[in-house]
Amino acid sequence: MSRRDATAALTLPVGKRDHIQGPAGAVVTLVEYGDYECPHCGRAYPIVKEIQKRMGRRLRFVYRNFPLRESHPHAQQAAEAAEAAGTQGQFWEMHDRLFERQFALDGEYLIEYAGDLGLDVARFRKELVGGVYEPRVREDFRSGVTSGVNGTPTFFINGVRHDDSWELDPLLAALEEAAVAMR
Amino acid sequence: MADTNPVAAGPLPPGSAAPDFTLQNAPDHTVSLHDYRGQPVILAFYPADWSPVCGDQMALYNEVLSEFEGYGAKLLGISVDGVWCHGAFADDRKLHFPLLADFEPKGAVARRYGVYRDDDGFSERALFVIDGEGTIRWSYVSPIGVNPGADGILRALGAVAGERAPV
Repeated sequence: MSRRDATAALTLPVGKRDHIQGPAGAVVTLVEYGDYECPHCGRAYPIVKEIQKRMGRRLRFVYRNFPLRESHPHAQQAAEAAEAAGTQGQFWEMHDRLFERQFALDGEYLIEYAGDLGLDVARFRKELVGGVYEPRVREDFRSGVTSGVNGTPTFFINGVRHDDSWELDPLLAALEEAAVAMR
Repeated sequence: MADTNPVAAGPLPPGSAAPDFTLQNAPDHTVSLHDYRGQPVILAFYPADWSPVCGDQMALYNEVLSEFEGYGAKLLGISVDGVWCHGAFADDRKLHFPLLADFEPKGAVARRYGVYRDDDGFSERALFVIDGEGTIRWSYVSPIGVNPGADGILRALGAVAGERAPV
């Protein structure tokens, strides 16, 4: 009987390819694998915001895509839309918009959000229709699978999967504990 | 199918011959392990259809199917549910791999792989990776409430293919 290591760990280290909020030298790094159409991720979104507010510059937050395409028909395209916005320097603005408007992720809404954010809409549309960011989103997804992501959202704290609750108090406690361990 | 093999005392370990079986996956269709000789097979025993959404194990495997297929591997889900139940579940979740009904005699295949739970009548949440020659190369039993993910399967398929699992 072979058993896996008890704790799953990130196989793809945080790096230049990632979307990152917070300083590179932050004592704690929180990575989320998420899906813009997943209701649980929608509920985790304000929790992460609150944690960022409380931890300030001690925290670095990274978001990676893990769209469950069969369960959530809009998730893949929404992920690609955030990447397309990222190319125009507005990844986080689109990320926030998508989680705040989870109920409206059809293609025409994505175009509308790009306009709201002041993006080059023609380019955005062309890249979305062309599936330009499909491989990038797939790369995120594969890195999640090999890291032991088994649903969404899945969080990693300093590279180790967080298997406890991601409600505000337990997640914050785990991050603070990781911060102490790094001292 | 008849329960001809002895009941295994615990999950069959790597190196064991994978017991052959024939089970229904639809009212008019059966699947046998030996159908897949020459290619790796992933047997995913799970307790029951209709477990919670989003984090659901079968939904995850549905998404990862192309990665499994990259190794030429065939995924078979197995539970003690009957074919009609499997059909409704597979339709609802848009699953693109067979769900086998270990239904009559109940749990016979799970017993032969050593992953039947006599206390509650479900199978364990157990994974077996079987190579093209029919030898079990990796097995894993997850705590019943924990989705084991796909990383262990991919590593095992990578080992079977004699290469590192892709990242």
